[in-house]
Formats: sequence, structure tokens, C-alpha cells
Amino acid sequence: MAGPAIELRGVTKRFATPKGGIYTALRDLTLEVGPGEFCAVVGPTGCGKSTTLALISGLELASAGEIRVEGRPVRGIADGVGYVFQSDAVFPWKTVLENVAAGPRYHGMSSAQARARARDWISRVGLAGFEDRYPHQLSGGMRKRVGLAQSLINGPRILLMDEPFSALDVQTRTLMENELLSLWSSTSASVVFVTHDLEEAIALADRVVLLTAGPGTVKGTYTVDLPRPRNVAEIRFQPRFAQIYEAIWSQLRDEVLVSYERQKHAAAV
Amino acid sequence: MSVRSTLPRSEVGSQNPHPDPPSQAGEGKPVEAPVDVELAKRRSRTARRRRLTIYGLRVLFAVVWLGSWELTTRLNWVDPFFVGQPSGVVQRLWTWITEGTALGPLWLQAAVTMEEALLGFLVGSLLGVVFGILLGRIDLLAEVLSPFIKAANAIPRVVLGSLFAIMFGLSLSGKAATAVVLVFFVVFFNAFQGVREVDRNLVANARILGADNRRLTTEIIIPSALSWILASLHISFGLAIVGAVVGELFGATAGLGQLIYNAGHTFDVNGVFAGMFLLAVLALIAEGLISALENRLIKWRPSRVSGEIPI
Repeated sequence: MAGPAIELRGVTKRFATPKGGIYTALRDLTLEVGPGEFCAVVGPTGCGKSTTLALISGLELASAGEIRVEGRPVRGIADGVGYVFQSDAVFPWKTVLENVAAGPRYHGMSSAQARARARDWISRVGLAGFEDRYPHQLSGGMRKRVGLAQSLINGPRILLMDEPFSALDVQTRTLMENELLSLWSSTSASVVFVTHDLEEAIALADRVVLLTAGPGTVKGTYTVDLPRPRNVAEIRFQPRFAQIYEAIWSQLRDEVLVSYERQKHAAAV
Repeated sequence: MSVRSTLPRSEVGSQNPHPDPPSQAGEGKPVEAPVDVELAKRRSRTARRRRLTIYGLRVLFAVVWLGSWELTTRLNWVDPFFVGQPSGVVQRLWTWITEGTALGPLWLQAAVTMEEALLGFLVGSLLGVVFGILLGRIDLLAEVLSPFIKAANAIPRVVLGSLFAIMFGLSLSGKAATAVVLVFFVVFFNAFQGVREVDRNLVANARILGADNRRLTTEIIIPSALSWILASLHISFGLAIVGAVVGELFGATAGLGQLIYNAGHTFDVNGVFAGMFLLAVLALIAEGLISALENRLIKWRPSRVSGEIPI
């Protein structure tokens, strides 16, 4: 087997706060994601989950430690990385078609070719017939589909997802989770899926990584040995699912309490 | 542990792939129940009635305002020599249209002023957009230049009109230059702010998707700043007219500003009002054209919320 697709070794990330202080988001984080693995990262609010993704993508650079993607150290935005954002990041002045075609065009593909590929991806995420709509004419779930198609069309070998479905209603969310799994199974991409929702993490992932309350570092990793293909809506009824959930939750609970106490303290100051 | 959904996969798959259809369904009219049709009818009737009421009240307002002005001057409660008279203004306009003004035919005066204003508007907004985007994108430039820009903005810029009158003489460029300095700052600040307010998520997304710096500017930054820039253009054309008129006051051979200036100096209050009226009409026409341009350029934006009052 080749080396890990993503490798973080002793990574620390500090930010300068507006008041001149220093905030440590991640401390000595070590994490590996294998090729084609679906890895979910869970942790309490403010534990640096999103920062982890920003570091892997190259949008932010680490303060200390080493990050390698496909064996190469990250020095900036790397090729072959897709990123699905928490909030809407589709371009509101572009139609669905133009939004999805953006990636290939940025990589130098001709406009006509990019559009043809975009049409294919639009129908794959179930939006055929909506090519000429603007994002404001779509619902939240449909905009998420556009966002998915937009990143997947570039054929990323690494797919980073930052709580992508957290803004959706419960039914739409389950639907999208299932579609994500079926889209992913047709690729060989390694996924890092950040979420605060433990159920979602277990239902989707091969492995769940639990981060401590900030500054985040790995508290534990848990293998999810549930069979694939999975149906997200039903998998949670399996006894094995409940076992895994309990095992992780007993650890996560402490971190959530720590994070909550800190927030209360910060609010009181 | 909660259960989020109980829909099995097979059912989910066989359902409409779009569980959340767009609110603005353009194609295919849904079958409406008779109650809905009746409701829609009643609603459009109410809306029409309301529109008619508003138009009626507007006319009433104008009649009361102009009527009381006309009446009080006619009855000599106030002296029309100082405050003018609506009928006198109409008469003056009519004379200008049929016999021309002291400076030549009326359309020529309007054309001269509009030419100055338009030139100033185009140059001023172009410079404003270019500098706004440049300084918005390049932090060093913004930090170096910011005290100078603030200082320049603090000057009451209409006084530059006298300077331009010396530099450019009675020519068109002097008036256009006054318009340029008025327009530039408004557009500049808006463009700058627009660039600064670009959603960081959108920029991050574009960079991940592979956009280089040039694409980032043309495809993300500029479209995003466009609504700010266009908003400033609304005010800017009015300012361009102010610039042109002020420029004419400092010395000109033609133009509506010069016409007003002459009327003022010959104690022709009606002439001043007539000139103002013409300027207002021209500014409103320009405003309408800019709105049309805005709607064309920003067709991706949600349409205006009904009931919003366009002031």
C-alpha cells in the first residue's frame, strides 16, 4: 500500500487575536488519512476542526509541524484538493452551469468543453433542468448540490468537507448524505469530513477522529466497521452503530463539557 | 440518541430528486384550486386599488403645493418678484422653448450641461472604479495613500471649480473636471469598500477551484463589488450635474448653470426655477437609465422585495 494520502505530524496553528494576543487553535495534532479513506473529524465547538481543513487545503499555513498531502509538503493551495464549505460558497452572479464549469475553466479547459462536463455533473447531482438558474433561485439543499458538483468536477483526490450539511433540514440532510456516499463510492477520493454531529460522522465514515476542546489535538480514533454500501437513514438502527456511538460519546461528552464551561467563563468575563 | 429520518433508501430514491423545488417556479403552471384563483384575483384588485390611491394622492399633493404657491402670489400675500410663480415658471419655460434663451436655443444649453456632466461622470466613475479596485486589492498602496485621500476628501471640492476655471478657461473641460472630482470620491470609496467586503468564503472557494489572481479579480472581486459600485453611480450622476453647473457659475458661455446664473443676476426668479426644473428632469432621466443598466448588470440578484418603497 502506498503512503497515507494526508499526513499531519505535530501540527500547531496559532492565530494573532485582534487584541494582540495569541490564540492556539491546534496543538501538536497528528493525523493520517489513508488513500480512499472516509475520515470524519468530530469535536466540540471551537476545537479547531475547520482550521484542520484549512491547513490541509493550504488556505492557511501551519505555525509548526509538518503537513503532507500525497507525500508532498503543503506550501500553498495544492492541486487535486476539493473543498466543500460550511456556508454557501457558490458564486451568486453565476448560473448553476457557470458555477459548476468554473473549476475546469480555471484549469485551462475551453469554455465549451467545461460546460459539457458541467452539464454531466449537474445531472449527476440531480439538478438537470436547473442549469440556467441563479443560486438565489434555488433552495439551500440545491445550492449544496451545486457546491458538491463544483468541487467534484475537478476530480479531487482529496475532498475536504466542512460541516457541509449543517445548515440543511433533517430530511434533506439525510438525502444529501446518501448521495454523497454514492458519489464518493464512484471516485477513489480520500475524504476528511468535519462535523459536530457524531451520528453523521459514524454513518458516513470509515474512521472517526475525536478532537479535544481547543486547542485541539487528537483524543482518540475509532474505526467504524459497518458494512458498505450504507443507507444513512437506516444504519443507525444497527446494534453495532449504537455500540460505536456509545464508545465515542463517552469520550466526546467530557470535551463538550470542557468547551461549554469555557464558553460560560468567557461570556462571564 | 435521536432518529433523524425514517425514510428508507428505496423510497427516498424513487421520490422527486428535488425535494426542495425553487420558490420561483418559472415553467409549468401548477393546477390551482378555485379558492386560490379567487384569492389571487382579490389580491391583485387590492394592489391595483392601492396603486391608484397612491397616484391620486401624489397628484393631490402637487395640486395643493403648486396651487397654494400660485394663489398666495396671485393674491399678492407674498411678492412673486421674490418667490416666483408657477404660472410664471411655465411661461418662462414656454418662451425658452419657442423663442430660445438669451444664450441661444434651449436644447443647446441643456446639451452643453449634459455633455459636461456626462464627460465628468464617465471619467470620474472610471477613475473611481479603477483606483477603488487597485487600492482594495493592494494593501500597501491603500495604507500609503489613505491619509492623502482622506485629506482630499475633506476639502469642499466645489471650490476647485474656480481653480479649474483658471486652468481650463471657459472650455468644456473645466466644468467636466469639477464634475470629475465630485464623482470620483463617491465611486472610489464605494468600489474600495465593495472590494474589501467580498465574502472570504467565495475567495477561498475560487482559489481552491484553481482561480489565479487575475481570474480572482475579474470573476469574483469585480462582480462582488459591482453592486456597491452601481449603488454609487446613482448618486454620482446627480453630483456630476452639480459639478457641471458649479463649473458654469465660475464662468461659461452656455449651459443651464449659466442660464440660471444669468436669470439670478437679472432678478428673474421664474427663470431660476425654470432652470432648476430642467436640471431635475434631466437628472431623473439619467437616474432611470442607470437603474435600467443596474438591472441588466445584476440580473443574478433577487428581485426587489415587493412593497419596498423606491426612494
